[in-house]
Amino acid sequence: MKTLFVIVAMFFYVGAWAAPMDTFEFESEAQEKTFRKLSDELRCLVCQNQSIADSNADLAKDLRTEIHGMLLAGKNEEQIKEFMVDRYGDYVLYEPPFNPMTWLLWFGPAMIFLIALFYVRRFILQQNSVKDSGELSAEEAERLKDLQLELNLPDQNNSSENGDMKGGSGS
Amino acid sequence: MTEIKQNKTMLQRFMPLIIFGLLVVLLGVGLTLNPRLVPSPLIGKPAPAFELPLLNKEGTFSSEDLKGQITLLNVWASWCYACRQEHEVVKQLAKSGMNIVGFNYKDKKPDAQQWLAQLGNPYQVVVADEDGRAAIDWGVYGAPETFLIDQQGVIRHKVIGPVSDQQNFDDLMAAIKEIPGNNL
Repeated sequence: MKTLFVIVAMFFYVGAWAAPMDTFEFESEAQEKTFRKLSDELRCLVCQNQSIADSNADLAKDLRTEIHGMLLAGKNEEQIKEFMVDRYGDYVLYEPPFNPMTWLLWFGPAMIFLIALFYVRRFILQQNSVKDSGELSAEEAERLKDLQLELNLPDQNNSSENGDMKGGSGS
Repeated sequence: MTEIKQNKTMLQRFMPLIIFGLLVVLLGVGLTLNPRLVPSPLIGKPAPAFELPLLNKEGTFSSEDLKGQITLLNVWASWCYACRQEHEVVKQLAKSGMNIVGFNYKDKKPDAQQWLAQLGNPYQVVVADEDGRAAIDWGVYGAPETFLIDQQGVIRHKVIGPVSDQQNFDDLMAAIKEIPGNNL
């Protein structure tokens, strides 16, 4: 029981996955906000599924220091992003920029959605046309005729006359 | 008429299988790509400016000193296991007449010096970037990395990972051959 408690308690030990803490000092709240935003939006290249803010990697630490220094030197968000992209490429941005290499990435999901919408619409319209008309289409009528011939059944259109005759002779 | 219809339903029936097949191919290709290979935006651009102290002597080495000959800039560190692996190949390249600059990345001086004394020093010069600040300008995100720089000081190729890897080595050789005036 005690062991179980310890195991469960371990899951709640937040310290195990706490983000690294730095002791950066800023001149203003806005500056600190920009710092948080940037380090959240930039990818750590060593451990690629973490942002620079989350990563404990050495390089992430260096880049946080670099961002902090640039902010104190009066650089704005765009300038710092450009600095990173110039060195590490678009890959460093979690949100890829819009350019010919990434347009499929941006529009792909919308395109797939539109294609799906088109097929759903067509499917529904088909279903409706079958339900609403209540009459056989030319195609269906022909198929019915084929089946009737195959099974040697009487033509439904004249069933009232022929049905009696056949029924009579059959019995 | 009915035959056409049957053909259509055949195609429709196999459509999910076809789509599944295409997805398998797509995901298969995606799986075999190496996500660690991030293409460098620096290729085709002049080497970033730097001036760093030398590891084994007094004095400094700057990006200006790279000009004049084809140079390999090999980023390594004593704590880097793959650097040890590729070191034999780096030595062979140096023996074949290649000008190689060592870029000691985030390392302690004594460790780096001992590493070279032990494994051999193929470098014309070794610069020490102890805090890793210059490496940021080079877009270095791990060692080993190797940059190929032409006579004008322009970066022509970047190897990410050990040059002892056959594919990496072949790509590097091909890139060197493309530079006019190479002595391969």
